[in-house]
Amino acid sequence: MASITLTNIIKRYGSGAAANQVVHGVSADVMDSEFIVIVGPSGCGKSTLLRMVAGLEDITSGTIAIGGKVVNGIDPSQRDIAMVFQNYALYPHMNVFGNMAYGLKIAKVPVEEIKARVDKVAKILDLSHLLNRKPRELSGGQRQRVAMGRAIVRQPQVFLFDEPLSNLDAKLRVQTRLEIQKLHRELGITSLFVTHDQVEAMTLAQRMMVMNAGRMEQFGTPEEVYHRPATTFVASFIGSPPMNLLKNATGAKPGHILGIRPEHLDIGTGAWRAVVESVEMLGAERLLYCRLGDEQLVVRAEEATAAPALGQTIGLQPRADRVHHFHAATGMRASA
Amino acid sequence: MNSDDYRDPWAWLPHAVLWLGVAVIAFPLYLTLVASTLTAQEIAQAPMPILPGSQGLANYQAALQTGSTFRMSPPVSSMMWNSFVMALVITFGKITISIISAYAVVFFRFPGRMAAFWLIFITLMLPVEVRIIPTYEVVSDLGMINSFAGLTVPLIASATATLLFRQFFLTIPDEYVEAAKIDGAGPLRFFWDILLPLSRTNIAALFVILFIYGWNQYLWPLLITTDQNMDTIVLGIKKMIGTGDSQTEWHLVMATTVLAILPPVLVVVLMQKWFVKGLVETEK
Repeated sequence: MASITLTNIIKRYGSGAAANQVVHGVSADVMDSEFIVIVGPSGCGKSTLLRMVAGLEDITSGTIAIGGKVVNGIDPSQRDIAMVFQNYALYPHMNVFGNMAYGLKIAKVPVEEIKARVDKVAKILDLSHLLNRKPRELSGGQRQRVAMGRAIVRQPQVFLFDEPLSNLDAKLRVQTRLEIQKLHRELGITSLFVTHDQVEAMTLAQRMMVMNAGRMEQFGTPEEVYHRPATTFVASFIGSPPMNLLKNATGAKPGHILGIRPEHLDIGTGAWRAVVESVEMLGAERLLYCRLGDEQLVVRAEEATAAPALGQTIGLQPRADRVHHFHAATGMRASA
Repeated sequence: MNSDDYRDPWAWLPHAVLWLGVAVIAFPLYLTLVASTLTAQEIAQAPMPILPGSQGLANYQAALQTGSTFRMSPPVSSMMWNSFVMALVITFGKITISIISAYAVVFFRFPGRMAAFWLIFITLMLPVEVRIIPTYEVVSDLGMINSFAGLTVPLIASATATLLFRQFFLTIPDEYVEAAKIDGAGPLRFFWDILLPLSRTNIAALFVILFIYGWNQYLWPLLITTDQNMDTIVLGIKKMIGTGDSQTEWHLVMATTVLAILPPVLVVVLMQKWFVKGLVETEK
């Protein structure tokens, strides 16, 4: 059972008056075989959290349990985990086979078994013809596959991914994302995937942890996070273009912020009279940047309908069942 | 446009300058080589012939086997051996000690770590000559005069090498350490399996520098050896050159000099391969 349990994790650097707390009490339960994405902007503490699970950072307070066993203070190599790094971290002087076999060699796995395991994983990842090459002779995508192979070969309880797609070009990123999904379906190993890219989060996660400034703001499925964001931060972080958050629009309650996604505004004869300030043509759709009163908002318009002129006033109608309300003071979601 | 199509009237100038430089450096060496093949008389008679003579084999044989009779120098072969052992021990010793200290300073956290590093760094500012008297006293009290230990141990710590390795280790990305930790490699394993192979170029470069440094040591071996059998070849050459009360056997001196140049040149030529290999294979 490779579940992961985080209980009130706090991370503080330094001590006394000069202490810097970067993770403020994160608690979460990850079930066996789940693919969890930890997403958030730079500096939100997601990598720090991952590294604490890995054992590369000390835990200031709180406990982490993997497979039911508390791992605070246990060496990374004893936690039965494997990690894929953003910069691959392949040993440059060893060839692909050597890189993938290194962990097993140290664990004193018999030579024949090492070869069997590495060959099998190499076949899954289409690396069989590259086993004798050194990392510098490989492309970025190949290197990332070797890094993943190195992790898979160890047959760990948990996979940890630290922004592994960030160094790949856009096309390769999509490809590798699909490969990771496929691997998870085949191997079913509990995975924690850290990224700052909300598209990666939405497409890969079974559940996602949205973090902001050291706090976990929401932990739910992509559906939940998209349709019922718990805070204004989550609302504006997930979804591109981000959700419109308006204070003074018709329908907003006093002391509350009204949220409506660009795709949930109908253009026509709605109650909101907005002035079109600029138009972006994306191909399949248009983005209309408008001003409503003294606030800005974005609307998604279908490419088929005619583009409004700049300066034109259009009528917008927010779909009633897609409107969100948040408390203005705390940013927290207000119940209906 | 093909470079052959364009003729620069001044193209010969850089070449000429280079040739001049080569001549200035190589000519004395060439004369040494020539002199090592002549008899003492031919050298003494001015002008010395510029073309090699016929005594080459005889001179080298005499130098290697019997040494200079007038200055009572031991045979060159034994002096070469002394120099060789001393240079090798110093080289290996310096590299081993520095690489381990640099490893400790860079990859570990312990109290007094930076103090230790700065102490090592400061001693860089103290050349051998400054500390020579106290060092001599210590070595002599320890009974290491006239021994290989005395020749090598006082010279075996190297602040330069430690600094060099430290700078190199600082460029090693943290991720290698982390990946190795996750793979289960302890500190010694990491050092042996990952750090050392990555340091190959640095070690090769330092080997050349330190070997030549060890080979060329003059002051310290002069002080520390009173027994002639412990003479190094650098000492030997100096001792062969008479001070006026006896005839210097220049042909033997020249032959010895040529022999003395050979090992360092060999080391540079052999290690060059490793240098270039390391430079060409740098990580992206």
